[in-house]
Amino acid sequence: MTPLHWEADGTHRIPFAAYTSDALHRQELARLFYKNHWCYVGLEVEIPEPGDFKRTVVGERSVIMVRAADGAISVVENVCAHRGMQFCRERHGKRSEFVCPYHQWSYTLQGDLQGVPFRRGVKQGGRINGGMPADFNTADHGLTKLRVASRGGVVFATFDHAMETLEDFIGPAVLAYFDRLFNGRALTLLGYNRQRIPGNWKLMQENIKDPYHPGLLHTWFVTFGLWRADNESKLVMDRHHRHAAMVSTRGTAGAAGAVTAVASFKPAMQLQDPRFLDIVAEPWWGGPTAVMTTLFPSVIFQQQVNSVSVRHIQPDGHGAFDFVWTHFGFADDAPDMTQRRLRQANLFGPAGFVSADDGEVIEFSQQGFEQKPQHRTLVELGGHGVADADHMVTETLIRGMYRYWRQVMEADEAAA
Amino acid sequence: MTPDLPPAALDFETYQALLQLQADYAAAVDGGDWSLWPEFFTDDAVYRLQPRENHERGFPLATLSFESKGMLIDRVYGIRETLFHDPYYQRHVVGLPRVLGVSGQGARWRLRCESNYAVFRTKLDGPSTVFNVGRYLDTVVQTPTGLKFAERLCVYDSEMIPNAMIYPI
Repeated sequence: MTPLHWEADGTHRIPFAAYTSDALHRQELARLFYKNHWCYVGLEVEIPEPGDFKRTVVGERSVIMVRAADGAISVVENVCAHRGMQFCRERHGKRSEFVCPYHQWSYTLQGDLQGVPFRRGVKQGGRINGGMPADFNTADHGLTKLRVASRGGVVFATFDHAMETLEDFIGPAVLAYFDRLFNGRALTLLGYNRQRIPGNWKLMQENIKDPYHPGLLHTWFVTFGLWRADNESKLVMDRHHRHAAMVSTRGTAGAAGAVTAVASFKPAMQLQDPRFLDIVAEPWWGGPTAVMTTLFPSVIFQQQVNSVSVRHIQPDGHGAFDFVWTHFGFADDAPDMTQRRLRQANLFGPAGFVSADDGEVIEFSQQGFEQKPQHRTLVELGGHGVADADHMVTETLIRGMYRYWRQVMEADEAAA
Repeated sequence: MTPDLPPAALDFETYQALLQLQADYAAAVDGGDWSLWPEFFTDDAVYRLQPRENHERGFPLATLSFESKGMLIDRVYGIRETLFHDPYYQRHVVGLPRVLGVSGQGARWRLRCESNYAVFRTKLDGPSTVFNVGRYLDTVVQTPTGLKFAERLCVYDSEMIPNAMIYPI
């Protein structure tokens, strides 16, 4: 693989080739998704009862998150130990065991092999035909088991059994924002949205580490003051600069200097039905009206006023990813709060008043990268460096993510 | 409240008006003049675009969930003025409505029906592709200005949306 050419020191100019190579993508999967990182797999509320399972992915590997009889959650790889079939086809369901239909090998919900048909052979005419060799040991042939960590009802898994704890992985600065959203209250599942975005998966992390675009691309954000450059705000990273929280407090709507001297600001815009923005402050916010948390590499946690969701990044090759939105609420929500969360969900997802165009700009960025392979993006708003900030007029979080990415991707094979 | 009458109770004149409503709707959402779209609905109409998974599992989340004609007008403004998107044509092919029941009498009847639909998307310089396939679940009422949707629920099988969905289904 040809090494990437980085212009200048640092990560303020990102080569287009970082997004367009299959070989690099496979290395990213190996180093960022399958090793050294906790990846999001689901919410506990998706599998409330023993036997409940959800099929999902870690990187590009199909896995099953399941609750066993004792209530514990396991995550196993969806590949039969016998002939390798992806045996679980349903997206969710309830099982007392996993059985691969091909030859009916069966596994416990924790992934241990428990049944192999004709293991001892088949008796016919006074002799025993076939069977597995005498030294065949079921204990050696379970499903691949992932390590699991759960916090605040959110479940993560990793193939890397030497991983640091989830809490150490997230780090205290970003963990505080994770805990603000998932503070131990029981969650309720409101439903899913799914979209396939034809762009490199990193672009979605970058989109939510980019506080520059929301007040420019998204008319609703700037016009109604939900997210714009003059809002009180904070950008916070973990010590590796891989995770981040973008924290914003809604300011006043209306015109204000340079911030609204942009084409997307529509001073005359009035909603015919203002219930889209029937915002009611909740005690757990503790001030900020929006916190967008990116956990590298797999997930984004959204609080935008009363709408809360998890957005799961599921890569598929270097040029596409599936983006799965799980909207939730809290078990102690009154019915009108549930209604409010559902109404405000109109701003988000693949058709959302705000989010629909994020998928579009990612698709067209990828097109630009593919057509001009020697070129690079420019990420210099706020300078060349990487540091937390108390404003939004900076691309520091993207530079931070690539500082980390370079450390991991440029390390020797042994160190990675 | 009159109990539901069987679908056969529907007279042909009304069924013909229902066919015209469905055909006019498809023509409106394919024609590009988005301002026509809200006029097919009553003032307090419900319009929801929902993945089949959420519908069948009883999850309330919809991809779009509107509860008034005003919200539809806001969506039209969004399509025209605020949502950056790749321009595309869309083409609806809608099956015959299957009438599920008729309730009420005289000028106050309500009709429930469902119809399959397929929407093709054609981007400039690109092929025509299957974009969204599903089923309309409708409640249609008589108003002084003709038949209107009091409710139109679009339950789609195509749960993995090809990036973004901008125009009305």
